[in-house]
Amino acid sequence: MGSHPRSDSGSPPRTLARWGEGRRRFLTGAGALAGFVMGAIRPVRGQTPAPAAPYEPQGFLAYGQPSKFASHIVRRTTGRPTAITDTALMTPLQDLDGIITPSGLHFLMDHTNGIPDIDPQKHRLMVHGMVDRPLTFTMEELKRFPSVSRIHFLECNANSRPLRGPNRESVQLIHGRTSCSEWTGVLVSVLLNECGVQQKASWIVAEGGESNKYTMSIPLAKGLEDVIVAYAQNGEPIRPHQGYPLRLIVPGSEAIRAVKWLNRIHVVDKPYMAWHESGNNADTRPDGKGMWFRFELGPKSVITRPSGGQRLPGPGFCEITGLAWSGGGMVRRVDVSTDGGRTYQEAELQQPVLRHAHTRFRFPWRWNGEEAVLQSRCTDERGEVQPTIEEAAKILNATIDYFYQADHFNGIQPWRVARDGSVTNALP
Amino acid sequence: MRCPELAPQCAGAVGAPLLLATAIALATCVPALAQGPTYGLGRTPSAEEIRAADTAVAPDGTGLPPGRGTAKEGAVVYVQKCAACHGPNGTGTALHRGVIPLGNAKPVKLQGSLVPYATTVWDFINRAMPWTKPGSLTADEVYAVTAYVLYLNDIIKESDVLDAASLPKVRMPHRDDFIPAQPAWKPGARRQFGNYPERP
Repeated sequence: MGSHPRSDSGSPPRTLARWGEGRRRFLTGAGALAGFVMGAIRPVRGQTPAPAAPYEPQGFLAYGQPSKFASHIVRRTTGRPTAITDTALMTPLQDLDGIITPSGLHFLMDHTNGIPDIDPQKHRLMVHGMVDRPLTFTMEELKRFPSVSRIHFLECNANSRPLRGPNRESVQLIHGRTSCSEWTGVLVSVLLNECGVQQKASWIVAEGGESNKYTMSIPLAKGLEDVIVAYAQNGEPIRPHQGYPLRLIVPGSEAIRAVKWLNRIHVVDKPYMAWHESGNNADTRPDGKGMWFRFELGPKSVITRPSGGQRLPGPGFCEITGLAWSGGGMVRRVDVSTDGGRTYQEAELQQPVLRHAHTRFRFPWRWNGEEAVLQSRCTDERGEVQPTIEEAAKILNATIDYFYQADHFNGIQPWRVARDGSVTNALP
Repeated sequence: MRCPELAPQCAGAVGAPLLLATAIALATCVPALAQGPTYGLGRTPSAEEIRAADTAVAPDGTGLPPGRGTAKEGAVVYVQKCAACHGPNGTGTALHRGVIPLGNAKPVKLQGSLVPYATTVWDFINRAMPWTKPGSLTADEVYAVTAYVLYLNDIIKESDVLDAASLPKVRMPHRDDFIPAQPAWKPGARRQFGNYPERP
């Protein structure tokens, strides 16, 4: 222990470098484990100081944080300041790279009265209903099962709804209700196999453990295909706002199905028509018909740089980059246009391209200083193609204005670059 | 070939001649194999634990508890426990949505909105209301408030009694206006909004 830095030795305050030095010496000492146990003894005032506790890094050193010069990269909202419920906090897509959204910047859209503070020791997942063996699992037991880690996006069904007014000049505020994480957990198929699903079962109903017990029905076939009971996000326990300690991840589906704070899976033979999957999240078509249980999101892409509200410093080379994704599986290709859709060229996709995951695309572009309209178009593995807003309107026999209030809009997003380099939203 | 967990019926074959034992083991273990191994984790919940947790209500009324209520009775509960957020007349307040129309049909507003079953209303009030104290209403109060909300939306009469038998029979105004008529999902099926223009 002699080489271990001591807080009572009159040494100068530790700096990052000094801590690193002390730690190296500590680890090469007589035995890290023995040192740890000894270090747990605390000095008592007025006595010979006992060996100091191992250095406990605090704050920034204990859990790293971004540079103060990056402090503007935060979630933002268009919601009412007083209503947390049903208010979305959006991911700053324009400031992020690659395909993973940092957990602290994952979008939020809560339908609950406050975020539950769940003790994982007390948390249980019950699987019951049309099964041979209803079972209750502790968090510890869930982590003993064979696990999977998969990268999937979550996208709110209200994402990308076009905006008017000042907020329309922000890719974050229009498209920031999508985020992509590596989720780790147990496949629902493993848990259902443990319980023995009965022949007549056809749906599962998932329920959250918050005070108002959010509920969603998910087809059993989807549950058995790739749905995950996740306990980790980007390598660490899921954040409280994202469902700590357990969340259902339904790959490719609208994120309303990703039940947070999951504590019950009820195996049944029909959808339960819960509030948030029927009346509260059904869109009306122009003819008054309701569109519900839409599950998979359409093929979508958006250029995140350059995007609304940004300004190009001047003519010259400027890489165009953005994200593409599809509830239908893998992104097959992304095409980029710099002339408002008259011509398209294929963009480069960042590898590996993953199913139901954000896909980063990049396109080399040299701006000649003239007005340009930049837009991207996603084609997924099923050959489905992202429509323009005009094409989407034609499909639904709607006006363009319809999409300014509807959900599930996956139209192409054009950005106009003016001669002064300013970038604005080119949707009507 | 490995039998992941020796099923009781396999164990019964142990004393039989080898060939027969193998045949029985194969015959009985194949379905188990097809389902994959089990890991022996988890605990069997008691019937009481399941009953306590299983509060969800299905469109056919499965899960509805005994109890009853009318809109007239519900109006009293509404004033006490709902009006602060949803407004004295059910039309909402500055911060909270009303109960007329129900739900959130958008962009086209509809009478009674796009709530397919009256059980959906009962279930949501039961699990989530009042917002600040969910789960605090008695079954009678939930039946009564549900009746009042449906009455405010001109779906039932003020004197109609709602209970486990009558609630699932309430016909919501737009019950037949959903696409698809029955929710369904198949791997690889085209999405409803689909019909995307094919790539030229």
